[in-house]
Amino acid sequence: MLLIHCPYCDDTLPELEFAYAGEAHIARPADPSKLSDEEWRDFLFIRTNVKGVHAERWRHIHGCGRFFNALRDTVSDRFLTTYKAGEARPDVQTLEAAE
Amino acid sequence: MTEYRVKGRGRVNTGKPVKFTFDDRTYQGFEGDTVASALLANGVHLMGRSFKYHRPRGVVTASSEEPNALVGTTRGGKGRFEPNTRATMQEIYPGLKTESQNKWPSLKFDVGAINDRLYMLFSAGFYYKTFMWPRSFWDSVYEPFIRKAAGLGKAPTEVDPDIYASRYLHCDVLVVGSGPAGIAAALTAGRAGSKVVLVDENSEMGGTLLSEPSVSIDGQPAWDWLESAFAELDRMPNVSRMTRTTAIGYYHQNMIGLVQKLTDHMADVPEGAPRERMWRVRAKEVVLAQGAIERPMVFHGNDTPGIMMSGAAQTFLNRFGVLVGKAPVMLTSHDSAWYSAFDMADAGAKVVAIVDTREDVAQALKDEAQARGIKTYLSYTATGTKGRLRVKALRVNPVRDGKVGAAHMLFCDAVLVCGGWTPSLHLFSHTKGSLHWDEEAKVYLPGRKTEDVHIAGAGRGLWGVATALEDGSKAGADAVKSLGGKAGPATYEVADDRTGTGITQKELPTDRSPGKAKAFVDFQNDVTAKDIRLAVREGMKSIEHVKRYTTNGMATDQGKLSNMNGLTIASDALGKEAPQVGLTTFRPPYTPTTFGAFAGYHKGTHFEVTRKTPIDSWAEENGAEFEPVALWRRAWYFPKAGEDMHKAVARECKATRESLGIFDASTLGKIEVSGPDATEFMNRMYTNPWTKLGVGRARYGLLLGEDGFIRDDGVIGRMRDDLFHVTTTTGGAPRVLNMMEDYLQTEWPELKVWLTSTTEEWATIALNGPNARKLLEPFVEGADISADAFPHMSVVECTVAGFPSRLFRISFTGELGFEINVPARHGKALWEKLWEAGQQYDICPYGTETMHVLRAEKGFIIVGQDTDGTVTPHDAGIGWAIGKMKPDFVGKRSLARPDIVAPGRKQLVGLLTEDPKTVLTEGAQIVDDPKQAKPMKMIGHVTSSYWSEALGRSIAMAVVEGGFDRMDQTLHVPDESGNPIPAKVTGTVFYDPAGDRLKVE
Ligand SMILES: [Zn+2]
Repeated sequence: MLLIHCPYCDDTLPELEFAYAGEAHIARPADPSKLSDEEWRDFLFIRTNVKGVHAERWRHIHGCGRFFNALRDTVSDRFLTTYKAGEARPDVQTLEAAE
Repeated sequence: MTEYRVKGRGRVNTGKPVKFTFDDRTYQGFEGDTVASALLANGVHLMGRSFKYHRPRGVVTASSEEPNALVGTTRGGKGRFEPNTRATMQEIYPGLKTESQNKWPSLKFDVGAINDRLYMLFSAGFYYKTFMWPRSFWDSVYEPFIRKAAGLGKAPTEVDPDIYASRYLHCDVLVVGSGPAGIAAALTAGRAGSKVVLVDENSEMGGTLLSEPSVSIDGQPAWDWLESAFAELDRMPNVSRMTRTTAIGYYHQNMIGLVQKLTDHMADVPEGAPRERMWRVRAKEVVLAQGAIERPMVFHGNDTPGIMMSGAAQTFLNRFGVLVGKAPVMLTSHDSAWYSAFDMADAGAKVVAIVDTREDVAQALKDEAQARGIKTYLSYTATGTKGRLRVKALRVNPVRDGKVGAAHMLFCDAVLVCGGWTPSLHLFSHTKGSLHWDEEAKVYLPGRKTEDVHIAGAGRGLWGVATALEDGSKAGADAVKSLGGKAGPATYEVADDRTGTGITQKELPTDRSPGKAKAFVDFQNDVTAKDIRLAVREGMKSIEHVKRYTTNGMATDQGKLSNMNGLTIASDALGKEAPQVGLTTFRPPYTPTTFGAFAGYHKGTHFEVTRKTPIDSWAEENGAEFEPVALWRRAWYFPKAGEDMHKAVARECKATRESLGIFDASTLGKIEVSGPDATEFMNRMYTNPWTKLGVGRARYGLLLGEDGFIRDDGVIGRMRDDLFHVTTTTGGAPRVLNMMEDYLQTEWPELKVWLTSTTEEWATIALNGPNARKLLEPFVEGADISADAFPHMSVVECTVAGFPSRLFRISFTGELGFEINVPARHGKALWEKLWEAGQQYDICPYGTETMHVLRAEKGFIIVGQDTDGTVTPHDAGIGWAIGKMKPDFVGKRSLARPDIVAPGRKQLVGLLTEDPKTVLTEGAQIVDDPKQAKPMKMIGHVTSSYWSEALGRSIAMAVVEGGFDRMDQTLHVPDESGNPIPAKVTGTVFYDPAGDRLKVE
């Protein structure tokens, strides 16, 4: 079972308290009617499905209830970091250099 | 003393004889014996039949990797039978009953062994090649055959009455394995003050030292040293030890699952004592000291009972005081078997010979053998055995310059084999740590680590007690240092250490046709060297493919004995080095684990939460039958004496339509949406327009996913300008709230809106029927609920029977209807008042089944029953619920996607059977022409189907391709025996299409 750091509670807690919520940084278009069928399809369905560092959303559903973002390595499952919704995706190299 | 028990050897308590049964025969052993050691003490080697060929098999190990000696055990009482218990791990106790498996009519004579003669039929890939065509053979021939053949033991048939406990544990250092390396690690970390937990799967700690009493440590004989080491560990309050405790899995961030067996070794189990306990351990540091597993040798006839691992023989002798044979032959490529031979000779066995495949061994070994009068054969191979139920002789040949010479027989009563040692890396592999191929030793060793783990001793390819102690102590010290503490490794003086070396090899060379050899690699799954070579010839290039084609390593022992031999043979056949061929992945659990251990307390009523409404107890007292809906238990129908469901539902429907029905709707999901931007939020989430909905009015709300498909629905009332009372489907509330929170937090954080789950705050009582207002009106204060003042789709805050209430006028039945929400604590009191006063109207309580019928008569959909996640509002015929003027809402853009606007989508229609008495089966597939060739084109399925008492006929709803354009067409739906039933396509509103019944003055 993973231990996950909630950036709002600032606490590292068991995975059981959290729910996965899909890939991060996919903003809903401001005016979907302006999108072509292909663009809308991409927004709806096309995901990076990365092998490696993945930016993804989690919700501290049995805690503070907040959605937040995480960088997780899909090979090792290791969390590189978690950060608040709305913050920019941290740079992996900077993170690793800091370790 | 039984025939093979050696006086003065072993750790069993000879003062306490224990009687138990194996296949209904009584045997005697001693306290401390396992089933295997006690049977061996009685000269019994034959303990099972193999899985595929039903070949007779004897026990081959003394430990948890045992592939052959799997027995059924009965713990006493109903539901306490367990198949596939390893006889090498099950301790005996008075009255224990065990039985052999995979045999009929008896272990010694088994009819299924005919499979053994049909060998060619069962070679690698047999299942894939044979069970392919014709398809009809699957049901009648193949599947029954496979099911019958595939049973390894008998599955228990009763509910397991035992208790399984579970606990969490946090510690600094978890040490897995209590051989010399593990004990040294625990001592070093414990002395440094770390919180240490030491676990071992066996009934007593000591590991290899239990089988090596002749070594001495710090001037003490091994067993005395063990006593003092355990005493020291037990004196430290920061150290705890757990026996019979298996580390089954190594999970993320140093979480280890431990299963502790608590009572399976006891004759008298204390009342209420749990059988097993699952520990979820979060350790800051882990030391894996699991040792190594001895490798069998692959040669013709190597599975005959009486052939076992030489290390196992040594354990049976030194730990249990049992000679597994009185005239054994050793067959080895490792020095360790020589020591087993010496121990057996010293215990009185006449060791016939030591056969070693190596060209030479250390002079000291040869000297010791000679001193004991043991013949030695160097650079020899084994090419066959004599004996079927028990080995009688080993056929051996010299190998000179790669040529196999003339054979001769070594007559014996046991063959003790050692083909080298494989470091036990299973738990390490769970962590996805990389494995490093040691070219010289031909073994995998731990490589790059992903967790805070230290591997010590034979688990990383080291050999000898002194080395293990030193390495274990260093691992303990390293763990302490990683924690930021201080520790220095301890030093140990070891005398009479049995160090040694050896080699590993593919199947042994033979002078016979390799094509006829039954040289087993995987004993439990009956996979031979020939099977593996055949798999390679047929194109399997990766070990993962070889594994699945041959089933090598796929048995309950997960290939602990077979994987490395299989890999060596496959890589030889491919002409590649082992690392190029790979290694199959080890997965948890390390050894077979009971479902009970995983389930823990979560069984029976604790399996999941049962949510009950405040009115549930009234329903129970009044004879309701219940059904589960999501986590809720809901009143299904209220049968009177002699009524079945059909009769009860017909009566409930009639009573409601004719006078008055009362229904507990408390399970409806409720969410309060409040705040200055509540209307804007509702406009964006739901398809409907909300801006113009006045305070005190209610509207049917429809929620889509962004993909345009229906997710949920429910009536939504506007309580104030900035407050909506949203209802959702019973199962949908958490999902809807999560979706709302998602959009609010991440897409529209600027909106000032608050979302609150209020499902359990309110009890909801629905009154339906022409007399609903007559009953309700006298209870209401603070509101005028007359037809004009309180029209259909209204909501008002008032009191009902003195209780504060949100009162809706809505109808899910087509009748005049009200839904009264009161604080949950008043729900039952209000229900009882309405019930009492309703007697004058013959008020009838109804359950979910009647609710379903009444709504279906009106064509109201149930999300999740009439929709399935691929249905749009238009498909469901509720396109009117879409606010056409709204620029955007969740899912709007998708309603213009090419697939959504394409013709031929499945659409929700009504179906009326030609014979009005026939009720269609829900879920049944629909075809337009039942005479077409098979396989027929299925154009939809029945989503709802009921007997309608009001209409005196059956009704159904269905999703059908192009359904709206098929009105009045006759389609065909099979009944449960496959006969096509003709039914006409109609609209979905079957009852009162004009809605006149809502207009009750
Ligand atoms: Zn939180």
